[in-house]
Amino acid sequence: MLTSAVGVLFDGFAYGMLLFLLSVGLSVTLGMMNFVNLAHCSFAMVGGYATVTLVNRFGWPFLATLPMAFFAGAIISLVLERTLFKRLYRATDLDQCLLTIGIVFISIAAFAWFYTTEQQSARPPEWLRQSIPVGNLNLAGYRLFLIVFGLAVTFLLFFFIEKTRFGAQVRAAVDNQRMARGLGIDVDRAFMLTFALGGGLAGLGGALAIEVVGLDPTFALAYLVYVLIVVAVGGLGSIGGSFAAAVVLGISDMAGKYYFPWLGAFLIYLVMVALLMWRPLGLFGKR
Amino acid sequence: MANARRFEVAFWLCTLLPFVLAPSYLSLASQIAITALFALSLDLILGYAGIVSLGHAAFFGVGAYAAGLIAKNYWSEPLSALLVSGFAAGVLGYALSHIIVRFRHLALIMLTMGFGLLLHEAFNSASAITGGADGLQGFRVPDVLGFKFDMFGRTAYAYSLAVLFVCFLICRRIIHSPFGLALRGIRENATRMPAIGAPSLSHLRKAYTIAALMAGVAGALLTQTTSTVSLDVLSFGRSADVLVILILGGAGRLYGGLIGAVIYMVARDQFSGMNPQYWYFWIGLLLVAVVMFLPNGILGGLSALDKKRQ
Amino acid sequence: MLSTRNVNKKFGSLVVADGISLSLPKGVRYALIGPNGAGKTTLINLITGMVAPDSGEILLGDENITALKPHQRVRKGLARTFQINTLFPHLTALESVTLAVLEREGHAHNWWRALPSFSTATDEAVAVLTSLNLKQHISKETRELAYGQQRLLEIALALATRPRVLLLDEPAAGVPKGESAELFAAVEGLSSELTVLFIEHDMDVVFRFASRILVMVGGRILVEGTPQEIARDERVREVYLGAAHAA
Repeated sequence: MLTSAVGVLFDGFAYGMLLFLLSVGLSVTLGMMNFVNLAHCSFAMVGGYATVTLVNRFGWPFLATLPMAFFAGAIISLVLERTLFKRLYRATDLDQCLLTIGIVFISIAAFAWFYTTEQQSARPPEWLRQSIPVGNLNLAGYRLFLIVFGLAVTFLLFFFIEKTRFGAQVRAAVDNQRMARGLGIDVDRAFMLTFALGGGLAGLGGALAIEVVGLDPTFALAYLVYVLIVVAVGGLGSIGGSFAAAVVLGISDMAGKYYFPWLGAFLIYLVMVALLMWRPLGLFGKR
Repeated sequence: MANARRFEVAFWLCTLLPFVLAPSYLSLASQIAITALFALSLDLILGYAGIVSLGHAAFFGVGAYAAGLIAKNYWSEPLSALLVSGFAAGVLGYALSHIIVRFRHLALIMLTMGFGLLLHEAFNSASAITGGADGLQGFRVPDVLGFKFDMFGRTAYAYSLAVLFVCFLICRRIIHSPFGLALRGIRENATRMPAIGAPSLSHLRKAYTIAALMAGVAGALLTQTTSTVSLDVLSFGRSADVLVILILGGAGRLYGGLIGAVIYMVARDQFSGMNPQYWYFWIGLLLVAVVMFLPNGILGGLSALDKKRQ
Repeated sequence: MLSTRNVNKKFGSLVVADGISLSLPKGVRYALIGPNGAGKTTLINLITGMVAPDSGEILLGDENITALKPHQRVRKGLARTFQINTLFPHLTALESVTLAVLEREGHAHNWWRALPSFSTATDEAVAVLTSLNLKQHISKETRELAYGQQRLLEIALALATRPRVLLLDEPAAGVPKGESAELFAAVEGLSSELTVLFIEHDMDVVFRFASRILVMVGGRILVEGTPQEIARDERVREVYLGAAHAA
C-alpha cells in the first residue's frame, strides 16, 4: 500500500515537474500582459519536434538536443509575439483566445503535414532510463531526472526573478504595468524577453515530455487543458503558484489514474472547477 | 431602416430555396439550421451579454441526450420531447449560471471549458444510460405533427427551419426589449450597471438560462432528425466550432450565427474529402484573419462598408 | 439623510478610511476636498458599496444600508458618478438614460415587450437629458459625444435613478474651466430636496457651489464647516500650503 502510494507520489511529482516547465512561461506572461495565449503548447510542440528531428534524423544525443528545443520554442514564440501577438495586447479576451486558437490549429496541421500524425519518439540515453532501486521501489531513472531537472530550473528561475535586475523589472511589470513604465522600465522589451523565455521553457518541456507521454500533433491541444489548469489554479504571474499547482495536478492525475481509473479525467476537471470557484484568481494570484 | 427589413425578408425567403433548388442537400440544410440555432443561442450570451463561453456544447449535448433518451425509452412525439429536452438544458443552465456569472476573464473561460469537459466525461462514464462512447442508437422518431420523416430530409428540414424561425423571433423580441438593452449595458460597461441600480448578476443568469435552453433545443433537433446521439455532441470541438461560426458571421448582430453557420457548414461539406487536420489549418488561418482584419465578423465588415458608402 | 458611523478600511497596511463619521442633512450641497490620495474616491466607494468596509456603518435616511449590495443602494436612492467616464460607448445617450429609468422602474427584466412601448421611460429620459442641455445629442452614441457632454451624461445617468443623495466624483474632471461653470450650474439647478456631495479640487467652484465643506486628509475627516470657516482654518491651510504658510 505504502510503496504504491510512494510510487504514485514519485511519478506524480515527476509529471508535475513536466507540467511546471510547460506552464510557467504562460503564467508569467499572462500575469504580465494579461495576454491569453492558448498557443503556448504549440511552442512546446515545436521544441518536441525539434528534438525528434535532431535525434532521429541527425543522430544527435538526446541531452544535446535539449538546449535546441529551448531555442526552438523561444524563437518561434518571439517571432509570433513580434508579428501578431503584440498587436492584440489591448484586444478583448475573446479576440486573443480566437487568434491563439487559430495559431494552434495551424500548428497542428503543419506538424501533421510534415511529420504525419504518428506518435514520435526520441529516446534518452540508456543510462538515464535505468531503474534505480530505492528501498522496495524501483524508481524510473528518467522520472528522477525530470524531478532533478525540474527543481534545478525552478531554482534558477527563482534566482533569476528575485536576484537579477531584469528579474526585478519583470516583477515590477507583473505587479503594476503602468507604474513600471512610469519608472522608465522598458516593459515591452521585458515582456518580449519573458515571452521568449517562457516559450523556450515550454519547448524544453515538450522535448522532455516525449519519453513520458509521447508526441503527436494533437499535443498542442491535449495538454493545453492541463497547462491552463495549472496557470488558473496557481495564479497568474506566480512562479511559486505554478510550481505548487503543477505538483498538485501531477500527483492528483497520477493518483486518479491509479486509484480511480474509472473516473478518468473527471477528477482533474472537478478539482479545477472547485478550486477556481473557491479562489478565482488562483491559489497565489495577484489580481 | 427599410433596407434592413428587406434583407431580412429576403434571407428567410432564401431559406426556403433548398426545397426547390437543392433537394438532394436537404439533410445538409437541416444541419445548417440546427447549427444556426446553436450559434444563435451562443450569440445571446456572447454577443449581447459578453460572456465568453468555451463550453456551450454542454447544453447542446444535454438537449441531444434528453431527446434521445425520451425517444428511446418513453415516447416518440417529437415536439413535446423537444420542449422537455430544452427545459432540461435550461435547468442545467440555470444551475450553472449561479457560478458562471460571478467570474470574468480567464477564470470564466476556464470554468465554462471545465464544465463542458466535466459533462463530457460524466456522460462518457455513465455508459449504462448514455451508451458511453458509442452513444445512443436504436430509436427512431417517425414523424412530427403527422409529417413523416422521409428519406430525402424534407420533413427534417422543414421541422428544423420552423424551430429555428420561432427561436429566432423570440431572440429578436429579447434583443429589442428592455432586457435586451440591459444585456447590452452589461456588455458595454459592467461597472456602470450596478451604479444605475441594475441587478447585473440576475440579468446574466436569466440570459444564460435562456441561451442554455435554446442550445438544448438545437441538440434535441439534431437527435430527432438523425435518430442518433453521439458523444461528440458534448465535445470541446463542438464548443470551439460554434464559437468560430459565431465570430465568423459576427457576434451581437442576431444574424451573425446564421450567416456563419451557412458559410462554415457549406464549406465543410464541400471540403469533406479533405483530411481533417488540413481543414483545421484553413480554419486556423481564417480565425487569425478574422481577428486581425475583420474583428466584427462578416456582418461587421459589411456594416462598416455600408457606413463608408454613406 | 446620509450618515456614516466610524467607517474603517485598510488595504494591507495602507489606511484609507480612519474612523469616518459624517452626517449629511437633506438638501445640503457638500464639497469634499483634500489632497490627492486622501481617500475621497475610496470613501465614495465605501458609501456606495463597491468596497466593503472593515468596520462601521452606513445609513441612508434611517436605514442601515451597510449590508446592501451596490445596486440595492441605488434603488434606495443613493447614486454616484465616476471620476473617469464610465459610460456605455455604443449606446446612444437616450438609450443609456432610458436604461437607467427602466432599471429604476423595475422593467428591465421584461423581455417580451418592445422598447418603444415604454414611452413614459423614454420621455423621462429625454426630460433628464434636456435638463442637462443634452437634448440635441440624445441620438448620438456615447463615444461620439464631446468629453464635456459625456461628463454631463455621467450625471444624467445618476439623476435618472431619482436619488435622494447624489455623490459626484470630480464631476468637472478634465473639463476646461469655461465649461465647468455650465456643468455646475446644471448641478445647482437640481432639486433642493436632493443632498449632493461632490469631490472637487477647484476652490472657486467649491466656494461658489457648496454650502458646507468636508476636508479629508490621510483617510480622516480633518474638519467640517462652512466655506468661510474652512478658509480661515489653520489646519486646512497647513495641509494645502505647508506648515510654513499656516501662520
